[in-house]
Amino acid sequence: MKRAAYILLSNPLSVIGLLLVGAVFVCATFADFIAPHPEHAGAVINFAFANTPPSAEYLLGTDVVGRDILTRIIYAYQVALGMGLVVLLIAPPIGVAFGLIAGYIGGWTDFVLMRISDIFLSIPPLVLALAIMGLLEPTLFNAMLAITAMWWPWYTRLVYNITRGEKVEGYVLAAEVIGASNAHIMFREILPNCVPAIVTKMTLDFGFVILIASSLSFLGLGVQAPTPDLGSMVSEGTRYLPDSWWMTVFPGLAIVVAVFGFNLVGDVLRDVLEPD
Amino acid sequence: MSIFTRFLGRLGASLIVLIGVSMLIFFIARIIPGDPARIALGPRATEAQVEQMRETLNLNEPIIVQYSLFVGDLMRGDLGISLYSNRPVMTDLVEYLPATLELVLLAGLMMVMLGLPLGAISARHCGQWPDNLVRVISLLAVSAPAFVWAVGLVLVFAYFTPLFPITGRISDTLDVERLTGFMLIDTLAAGRFDAFASALHHLILPAFALALSGIGQAARLTRSNMIATYEQPAIEMAQAYGFSEARIARRYAFKPSLIPSLTIIGLDFAALLGNAFLVEVIFAWPGLSRYGVGVILQKDLNAIVGTVLIISATFLVTNLIVDFLVSILNPRIRYSESSR
Repeated sequence: MKRAAYILLSNPLSVIGLLLVGAVFVCATFADFIAPHPEHAGAVINFAFANTPPSAEYLLGTDVVGRDILTRIIYAYQVALGMGLVVLLIAPPIGVAFGLIAGYIGGWTDFVLMRISDIFLSIPPLVLALAIMGLLEPTLFNAMLAITAMWWPWYTRLVYNITRGEKVEGYVLAAEVIGASNAHIMFREILPNCVPAIVTKMTLDFGFVILIASSLSFLGLGVQAPTPDLGSMVSEGTRYLPDSWWMTVFPGLAIVVAVFGFNLVGDVLRDVLEPD
Repeated sequence: MSIFTRFLGRLGASLIVLIGVSMLIFFIARIIPGDPARIALGPRATEAQVEQMRETLNLNEPIIVQYSLFVGDLMRGDLGISLYSNRPVMTDLVEYLPATLELVLLAGLMMVMLGLPLGAISARHCGQWPDNLVRVISLLAVSAPAFVWAVGLVLVFAYFTPLFPITGRISDTLDVERLTGFMLIDTLAAGRFDAFASALHHLILPAFALALSGIGQAARLTRSNMIATYEQPAIEMAQAYGFSEARIARRYAFKPSLIPSLTIIGLDFAALLGNAFLVEVIFAWPGLSRYGVGVILQKDLNAIVGTVLIISATFLVTNLIVDFLVSILNPRIRYSESSR
C-alpha cells in the first residue's frame, strides 16, 4: 500500500491525474462555496446577460438564458461523481459475485452465468443503456440503473478469469482439504487475490461511467433540466455553434478533464498493482 | 479441428447469444411500466380501442407465447410496425443501416491504420519522447466522449477553417440513385466520380470523430502487447544476428503483437456502433442511430427491439469475421488445430 502511494506520487503523470481528480472532487463537494453564481445551478433566467462570451464576471461565459457556465459545470460535477459512485458501488459486487461463482463452481453454473454475461456484452454498451432508458422514464435514478445493467458483466469476466487461474493454486487446494465451505474459499481465499485488478478497473471505470452518463444526457436520455449536466450542456450548446462556442467547448473540456484525470491515475495504478 | 469447424462452432455460439439478446430485449420491453397498447394509441384512445389493440398485438397472451409469436415473425423478417415512422420496422432498418455501417466501417479502418502504427512507434521508442507523446495523445483520445470530439472537429475543421462539410452524406446538388444504400458504392456503381469524391469528403470528419477513441485504445493495446513481445528471447536472438532495429520491430515484435490486438479491436467495434449514436447526432447523419434515438424518445417498442437486435447482430458478425481473420493469421491455430 505504501509502495503504491509512493509510486503514484513519484510519477509525474499520476500526480497530474491525482490533481485533476482532486480538483473535480473539491469542486463537487464545496460547490456552494466555490461556484461564483450558486443560484445559476437551477432554473434561473438572467436574460440581461444571456449569451455573454467569457469575461471577468462570467469566466467561461453564459448560456442562452444567461446562466454562468462555470457555475453549472461545478454543479454538474456533483451529479457526475454521484453517478460514478453509485454505479461503482452496485455493479462491481454483482459482477464479482457472479464471476467468483462461475469460475469456482464451474460446470453448468459456469456455462449459464457466462452465457448471460456474454448476452449483455454483445449489446454495444451505449445501446443497451439507451434501450433501457428509452423504455423507462428518463430520470437520474433510471440512468444509474441502465448504466449498472451494462456494467456488471465486465467485472464478471475479469474475476472469472482470475478465479479460473487461482482455483488450482496450492492455497485453494489446502483450504479444500481442510473442508472449508465454497463460500469461504470464494470470498475469503480467492477474492482477496482479485482485489488489485478490481480496484484498478474501478478507477479506470469511474472516468468511463462519467463518459457514458454524459453521452446518455447528451442524447436527452439522462439527467433532465434544470439539473446541470455536462452532456446536456454540450447538446444545448451545439445549436448555437459556431458563434457561441463557449457553451459547448467548456462543458466538453470539463468532461475530458475529469475522465482524463481518472484514466491517468488508473493507468499508473495498473502498473503498480498488476505488474505483469 | 480445422479452421472451418472452428468457425462453425463460433457461428453456433453467436447464434445462441443472439437468441439470448432477443429474449433479453423482448422481456425488458414487456416488463416496463405502462401498457404498450396505450402507448401506441396515445392518451386519447378509448378503453375499447386499447383492448382491441391489445388483442391485435397479442398482449393478452402469456409472455412465452408472445415471445414465440415474435420469433416466428422475426424468422419471416417481420419486426412489426414502427409507431415512429408508420412503416414496417424492417423497412426502416434496411434504409438506415447502410449509412451507419459505412461510417462505422471507415472508422474501424482508421482505428487499425492509425492505431496500430502509433502503438508500434510508441513501443519501439519505449520511455523516450515519441512514446510519451503517443501515450498522452492516446490517453486523451480515450478520455473524451465521441460527441466532444465531433463538436471539436466540426468547430475547427468545418466552421473556423472550412475544409470539410458540416452535415449530410453528399452535396445537396448531387443526386445518386440508391442501390445498396452505401453512398461510396452507389456513386461508384453509377460511375459518378465527382459524387464519390463528395461522399468521401462528407464521410471523413464524422468517421474520424468516431474513430478517435478507438485509435487511442488500439495504440495503447498494441504498445503494451509489443513491449511484452520485446522481452521474448526471439528478439534477443534477432539482435544477436545483427538485424536492424526497424526490421526487428516490424518482423519480430509487431507481427506477433498483432493477433491479440486484432481480437480486442473486434470487441471495440461494439463501442464504435454505440458511439455512432453520438456522432450521427452532431453531423445530422441519416443513419440507424438517429432513427434509434427517435424511436427511443417515442417509446416505439417494436422499433427499439428491432434496432437493438440489428446492432447486436452486426456486432456479432463483425466478431465472427475478426475471429476468422485471426485464425488465418495465427500460425498456432492454423497449424496445430488443422493437424490435430
